[in-house]
Amino acid sequence: MNKKPEVVEREDVVIRFSGDSGDGMQLTGTLFSDTSALLGNDISTFPDYPAEIRAPQGTVGGVSGFQVHIGRTEVFTPGDYADVLVAMNPAALKANAKWMKPDGIIILDEDNFDEKWIKKAGYKEDPVTEEKLNNFNVIKAPITTLTKEAVKDLGLDMKSVVRSKNMFALGMVYWLFNRPLTFTETFFEEKFQKRPIIVEANKKVLQTGYHFAETIEAMKPTFMVSPAPIKKGTYRNINGNQATAWGLIAAAEKAGLELFIGSYPITPATGILEELSARKDLGVRSFQAEDEIAGICTAIGASFAGLLGVTTTSGPGLALKSEALGLAVMTELPLVVVDVQRGGPSTGLPTKTEQSDLMQALYGRNGESPVVVVAASSPSDCFYYAFHAARIAIEHMTPVLLLTDGFLANGTEPWRIPSMKEYPAIKPRIVPEGTENYQPYARDPKTLARSWAIPGTKGLEHRVGGLEKDFLSGNVSYDPMNHHRMTEIREEKVDRVVEVIPDLELMGPDTGDLLVVGWGGTFGHLRTAVTELQAQGKSVSLAHFNYIRPLPKNVRNILEKFNTIIVCEINLGQFANYLRMKFQDFRFEQFNMVRGLPFTVVELKNKFIELLEA
Amino acid sequence: MRVEDTTLSFKDFKSDQEVRWCPGCGDHAILNSVLRALAELGVPPNKYAFISGIGCSSRFPYYMDTYGFHGIHGRAAAIASGAKVANPDLNVWVITGDGDAMAIGGNHFIHLIRRNIDINLIMFNNEIYGLTKGQYSPTSKKGTITKTSPFGTIEAPFHPGELVIGSQGRFFARSIDNNVKLSTEVFVEAAKHEGTSVVEVLQNCVIFNEEAHGDITDKEVREERQIFLRHGEPMIFGKNMDKGLILDGLKLKVVRLGENGVNEKDLLVHKANENNPGIHTMLSNMRWPNYPVALGVIRNVSYPTYEVALDSQINKIRQSSKIKCMDDLLKSGQTYTV
Repeated sequence: MNKKPEVVEREDVVIRFSGDSGDGMQLTGTLFSDTSALLGNDISTFPDYPAEIRAPQGTVGGVSGFQVHIGRTEVFTPGDYADVLVAMNPAALKANAKWMKPDGIIILDEDNFDEKWIKKAGYKEDPVTEEKLNNFNVIKAPITTLTKEAVKDLGLDMKSVVRSKNMFALGMVYWLFNRPLTFTETFFEEKFQKRPIIVEANKKVLQTGYHFAETIEAMKPTFMVSPAPIKKGTYRNINGNQATAWGLIAAAEKAGLELFIGSYPITPATGILEELSARKDLGVRSFQAEDEIAGICTAIGASFAGLLGVTTTSGPGLALKSEALGLAVMTELPLVVVDVQRGGPSTGLPTKTEQSDLMQALYGRNGESPVVVVAASSPSDCFYYAFHAARIAIEHMTPVLLLTDGFLANGTEPWRIPSMKEYPAIKPRIVPEGTENYQPYARDPKTLARSWAIPGTKGLEHRVGGLEKDFLSGNVSYDPMNHHRMTEIREEKVDRVVEVIPDLELMGPDTGDLLVVGWGGTFGHLRTAVTELQAQGKSVSLAHFNYIRPLPKNVRNILEKFNTIIVCEINLGQFANYLRMKFQDFRFEQFNMVRGLPFTVVELKNKFIELLEA
Repeated sequence: MRVEDTTLSFKDFKSDQEVRWCPGCGDHAILNSVLRALAELGVPPNKYAFISGIGCSSRFPYYMDTYGFHGIHGRAAAIASGAKVANPDLNVWVITGDGDAMAIGGNHFIHLIRRNIDINLIMFNNEIYGLTKGQYSPTSKKGTITKTSPFGTIEAPFHPGELVIGSQGRFFARSIDNNVKLSTEVFVEAAKHEGTSVVEVLQNCVIFNEEAHGDITDKEVREERQIFLRHGEPMIFGKNMDKGLILDGLKLKVVRLGENGVNEKDLLVHKANENNPGIHTMLSNMRWPNYPVALGVIRNVSYPTYEVALDSQINKIRQSSKIKCMDDLLKSGQTYTV
């Protein structure tokens, strides 16, 4: 390749690939982030796609986007605004122009900017002018034409030709950021092993895009983002769903149990079921149930039979599972329920993110029905929290609800691969054969967990079920005081999990003007906003929660050392209200934004500054 | 299933819990028949899990000294599916009723059968909701007057056998609560069948649907109105064993032996293992007064079970995959070292 024009080093860059939902933007973005990760950048990605598999072509509603944030320092969010936008058609421009940084670069497939598609996207004549983008660096490239030209001798059908145009755009972006093509070329070779012509076509289009950008010197200067000083080790890119699935397998392995998953496909949780279904090599017994209720009921049946039972879902599915979750509370069996939260109520926004299932997770059942509630806070820590959710379920004989969300589920980041040696052993409370006078509801005095007699074991025959249990024998009991006692025991058992969870960590000084409080998937954005304000000398700290029920022991100690407390969440204040109930002598400010999207760091900082200056 | 112990008796399977069904309820006799069947099968109590939903019948697991799970309404088939798939060595029985299995639990019921998980399901069919004190069920005959149908039901009932066969059921049998001998025999056959076995037991509810099946079970008339099907034997019935079934065009027809030159050789011979479900469906659907009601094992066809297929898939993948533990998985695929 020829000598390059001037190269400018950048701290970090946000790139957004967007096009029709059939344009392959998710793959394009993934390939760019994989290459960047392999070059040593820190990355964070966020796919943003419509619920329709192939929404009407050229419409704003059908635009699929993939945002990637790469940095030479650590990055914790996919970025608020993009430095570079790839728009494969006018609709993609329309959907994303407002998310551009003022001096950004826009790459357009000018072949698709004809009258028909311009009108379809809702523009009159000239989208660039109408969006007031004239002072942006707009690179118009005849992507479709040049893609066709590049592969015309390969004898491919037109559909395959057009489908590879995303690689042309990717080639251009690689040039712009001085990235090699080799990793992506290797990907083609592995992915299309049996179809050499597709490998060749994709390589050719990718290279043509790269050379096109080079030839026209699309940008002067081009950019470089050097490797980030990240901790030494072996890394992989992982999304939240995959990390969740793996954390569950890891827990089963550490407990010496087989893993059973009973689930029904639902966006955005399906990836966990898919990943676990593929893991037969590790003995996962996966069961695609006929509905959400069967998902949890088969998992409960499996737990009863001595396996680690797991079911995965999203908000509407959790609603369907609530009666059965109460059954798991009553029968005191280990069960992990994963709720990958999405926009609600009802069908809501299936592909978008939200944190509005918190109250449902805590209280959405009949009766006094306590469960442990844990929330993951980054794509990769879904592994850690899935592992510990399962550990608590097994060692405390209780259902545990793990909350993730659409942002964590689909977002990816580099993950330093742990060794299973770093994780603790999990000790199931299995009753050995030959135990005399087994009482199904006798408890460990410390944790109040009952023990687990596995069907098949001689001499431990017993019955469990949804009717109230005698506090010792587990036989059906209608005794009024027994019911009161059992209600308290179930509550107390969940409360005592506090002994095995870590204290709440504070990011920043342990006293000050403003305490920012968050939970779950907003961690990256809150952390970035708080860190940036701290760098400006502001008196602000962050307390981010992963253990929701029970809450860590030291919450009060942290809260009482700040003048102002603000709880930020993607709902109308569910965690804030929960904290109000638990800590009635504090005042909690709120920041809530429910767009189906993550917070932006900018809006968080603005809000915090407003409070600090008030 | 394997026979392991021939010294087990009825009492080895009976729990110490007080049986709380109404005096005269058909459930008592069904419990008796199950206990007899288990004693005959010779598998020890710890190898069984009895799983139920909600309803009068679903109290059943408490009366068995086996592993038991009293679930929630309609979900017994799902809970049992999980237990059996998790632990294929367990002998899993589902105890359910007409409302539990075919109204609130209809979806789990048909999918259990479709998957052919090796579970024995006994459906107590009393054509009424008993535990909620007398509302019509999905099997109540059209026109039945109940508390929620004071002017008679206006909906067509399910015929359980037809639903089972429609769900690709491979085993369907029918018995009557107070016929302990037949029930025991049928339960033993159901247990021996590998795959989902459904046994419909016509059960009487003395409180809310007395004489639910009286028109075919009353002593004076039952021999004329019931037909016992046995694999390999002609379809013959009647007090004097003088009636039988033949195929007349596309329908079954009741004939009298000796009339119009019909003799025993002309009668249909029962083939429970016939894969084609046509005749089995017709036999399941026979209703008085046009036909006698068929009892015994109506359909018994072999087909691979879900859990065996799952195990063989897991074993196969385990052998071929390089990933043997979590650490292998963590290091698999695209990784990079910094």
